Amino acid sequence: MAKEFTLKDQDHESSLITRRVYISAFIILILIIMVISRIFYLTVMQHEHYTTLSKSNRVKITPIAPIRGLIYSRDGVILAENKPTFSLGVIPEQIDDIDETITKLKKIVLIEDSDIDRFNKARKKKRRFENIPLRLNLNKEEVALFAVNRHRFPGVDVVAGLNRHYPLGEKLVHAIGYVARIDGDDVKQLDESNYSGTTHIGKLGIEKSYESLLHGDVGYQQVEVNAKGRVIRVLDRTAPKPGENIHLTIDLSLQQIAIDALENRRGAIVAMDPRNGDVLTFVSSPGYDPNKFVNGIDSKSYNLLLKSKDKPLINRVIQGKYPPGSTVKPFMGLIGLENGVRVNTDETWCPGWFSLKGHAHRYRDWKKQGHGHTDLHKAIMQSCDVYFYILAYELGIDRIFEGMSQFGFGQVTGIDIGGETKALMPSRKWKRKALGQPWYPGETLILGIGQGYYLATPLQLAKATATLANKGHIIRPRLVSSTSNSITNEVNAIPNHSENKVTLSSSAYWDDMIASMKDVVHGVGGTAWRSGLNAEYNFAGKTGTAQVIGIAQDKEYKKEEIAEEFQDHALFIAFAPVEAPRIAIAIIVENGGGGSRTAAPIARKMFDHFMNNRDLINKG
Amino acid sequence: MEEQSLGQRLHIDFPLFFGILVLCLIGLVVIYSAGGQDMNLVYRQAVKLLIALVGMVIVAQLPPAEIARWSFGLFLFGIVLLILVIFYGDVGKGAQRWLDLKIFRFQPSELMKLSVPMMVACYLADKTLPPRFLTVVIVCVMITIPVLLIAKQPDLGTALLVATAGFSVLFIAGISWRLLIFMGGVAAAGAPALWYFMHDYQKQRVLTFLNPENDPLGAGYHTIQSKIAIGSGGFYGKGWLNGTQSHLEFLPERSTDFIFAVFCEEFGMLGVLFLLCLYLFIISRGLYIAINAQHTFGRLLASGLTLTFFVYIFVNMGMVTGQLPVVGVPLPLVSHGGTSMVTLMIGFGIIMAIHTHRRFLSF
Repeated sequence: MAKEFTLKDQDHESSLITRRVYISAFIILILIIMVISRIFYLTVMQHEHYTTLSKSNRVKITPIAPIRGLIYSRDGVILAENKPTFSLGVIPEQIDDIDETITKLKKIVLIEDSDIDRFNKARKKKRRFENIPLRLNLNKEEVALFAVNRHRFPGVDVVAGLNRHYPLGEKLVHAIGYVARIDGDDVKQLDESNYSGTTHIGKLGIEKSYESLLHGDVGYQQVEVNAKGRVIRVLDRTAPKPGENIHLTIDLSLQQIAIDALENRRGAIVAMDPRNGDVLTFVSSPGYDPNKFVNGIDSKSYNLLLKSKDKPLINRVIQGKYPPGSTVKPFMGLIGLENGVRVNTDETWCPGWFSLKGHAHRYRDWKKQGHGHTDLHKAIMQSCDVYFYILAYELGIDRIFEGMSQFGFGQVTGIDIGGETKALMPSRKWKRKALGQPWYPGETLILGIGQGYYLATPLQLAKATATLANKGHIIRPRLVSSTSNSITNEVNAIPNHSENKVTLSSSAYWDDMIASMKDVVHGVGGTAWRSGLNAEYNFAGKTGTAQVIGIAQDKEYKKEEIAEEFQDHALFIAFAPVEAPRIAIAIIVENGGGGSRTAAPIARKMFDHFMNNRDLINKG
Repeated sequence: MEEQSLGQRLHIDFPLFFGILVLCLIGLVVIYSAGGQDMNLVYRQAVKLLIALVGMVIVAQLPPAEIARWSFGLFLFGIVLLILVIFYGDVGKGAQRWLDLKIFRFQPSELMKLSVPMMVACYLADKTLPPRFLTVVIVCVMITIPVLLIAKQPDLGTALLVATAGFSVLFIAGISWRLLIFMGGVAAAGAPALWYFMHDYQKQRVLTFLNPENDPLGAGYHTIQSKIAIGSGGFYGKGWLNGTQSHLEFLPERSTDFIFAVFCEEFGMLGVLFLLCLYLFIISRGLYIAINAQHTFGRLLASGLTLTFFVYIFVNMGMVTGQLPVVGVPLPLVSHGGTSMVTLMIGFGIIMAIHTHRRFLSF
């Protein structure tokens, strides 16, 4: 070693190394300056840019769904509420073996395979720390049972939420409708920002048509999230504005009377206040349970409803198209008087049938032996068909169409829920367009008794009846009378809507017709005289019996021989009290047989209740 | 012989010791913030720091001649361990780097960070300087063997540092500029071949480095988030414990490789200047010791270790600021982690030994 050292030039090597160290130091300085300039570029020159990025990294805006407004009946009963529900939520992040946990949970609460399917689907869409519902709608016992065992299930907990609930179930479903989960079609129409936190939307009835009021305005919170998206804290919060409460015109006690009187038969009952259009009763029977639709009805139950012979999903009040039968006679009579085709005292001979000249076809009267000499009063009271065959024939289709249209037939009533049908008020024009045929005189004849192509909805009949009771003053039916603020309780009345008037050249026409209708129930020989017996007030009505199938010329209608679904519909329109009408009713009992026997007694029960509780009703 | 100072007697270089200690304390402060204010993490790091300091002081007691004598044996031992790792190594984070010695797990590649410059310095110290061509070739082989073994694990960061350590000694030893340029040319020509041998994830890192926004949630995520952290910190920083990027877990590896981003976010440009001053102080002290060393071995080794220390800093900062590809190099003395801390401290121990064992002859 020592030998080699002597060969080395120590001073030369030392200065060489020192030089290289200085060169290194110089390079180091240059590189440090590079680092500093890079840091300067990032922290000073690009500061704004990265501050923005940092903020958008950590601050997220999450919506808070507003609480949906409640729906009340006229008498203050809650018809649609937000019910706290408890569901079993699972946070996958906190669980080691989810399958095992579910197996253990099954021993405590009922978990069906469909629950597990839905859970697994939701799991794929959500983050691992998010709470995913495993079982919805736990009952109190299940909640308690789980609470006792909770320590055994880390990562599983009971989650409270609000669920739309309709305590009355099927009783008012056709008026109120229901909410259900927002689907693809809804998304296209709604204001996405306002619905960003909302899961349900009104699909039918009031829930749909008053959606914008019921929903309210979304609130927001600014939250700080970490890299995994977990909320660390709330930075700022804008409270949502809850939806307005809605007060229906429906009188629940009267609704119940109507439902009871209908005795589970198929049909529809509408009662409205002719003064302001308030719909007091809205029965479409049978109904169905809207609660099943809120969180999605299973396809089996839905198919059952869809295929049911009773067609519960049809809203008979506004969508049911029925031949109005003899209930059109008062309107026909008024049209006849107004057009000068008849005067009150004109008499028609009724032998029990009528034939057009040169035709063999006999148009039969419901009374085989005929009504004999018949004036308008008697024709209404006893519902003489021959009188109205001839009247209709003499009026002609065009004048009938024009007159009936004035009473709202063939048009929507304008009620404040959607889905209404116009039904059908036939005309020459319509027939040519729809069937490509000219109008035949025989078809005019049967329009006189509300048969043929003629179709009307129960609500159209109720509205026309109210118009008659109002002596021509047309009022639009409505289901909502007011809204109220759910925080301040401030009430906002919704004005009722008057439409055009049906004007007749003599007001005596109205009075005479109303008097005739009064005698339908109160007169000797009136078709609904049984229903008018011992009433403490006067009411006016008109029975109707609509044929569902044609009866051959040589056959008689025998109820016993005809299957139930082909039996006649029973109809009745009425209003009370005669002197100052406050309620107008239209009743249709499908395949109920005669209007006087089946439909009129229902009206009597409702009137009795209404008139005896008038103070209560007026309060609303 | 003149009167020995306290430092000479304890074999501790106080300026260097002071600089290291301040840096380590800063490291603890930043780790506390980056680790989500977990005091346990700080305690554990403090314990590792103490062990490393004790290791440094022990090494500083060894005379440089003793260290030179160990160089070859240690180098061979390291090579053997690296080969053992290939067959018996534990897999951690997708790479075989660890040897499980039952009591503690050991990374032979860390040993090479010290033993390669020691070996090269020891070898060159016996040769006439500047080294001749054949000497350079032998040194290159000496460096390349462990580097390739480490790169195969694969641990690109450590391989890079080991290579740097070896070549910086060679540079200080006065390798001619012509040879240096020639070697640079060979390296540049070999780069495409290197690409061919790289693992997919390594290729991905290089591609990501070239265009991080290409894959913002995948491979480019690290770089983008750390740039956001540094940039949003601004000149004065968001303040200690106020860094949202790190506290909300946007920043990956925030207490280890990316701790510099946390530091920047919370202390800003001002903090960085202070930190760089500290580093420069340590580096200049190291180079001062190198220049003033009494033997060629000491000069070469002290400057080689100091330069490696700087490369550590530069590569880490370059990686965190998005100027270099992401290779797993911690910020020396600040990042959380025991192994690199111990290696560094032993390195400083060697530098101190070189400085404190000088003999001054008094005439």
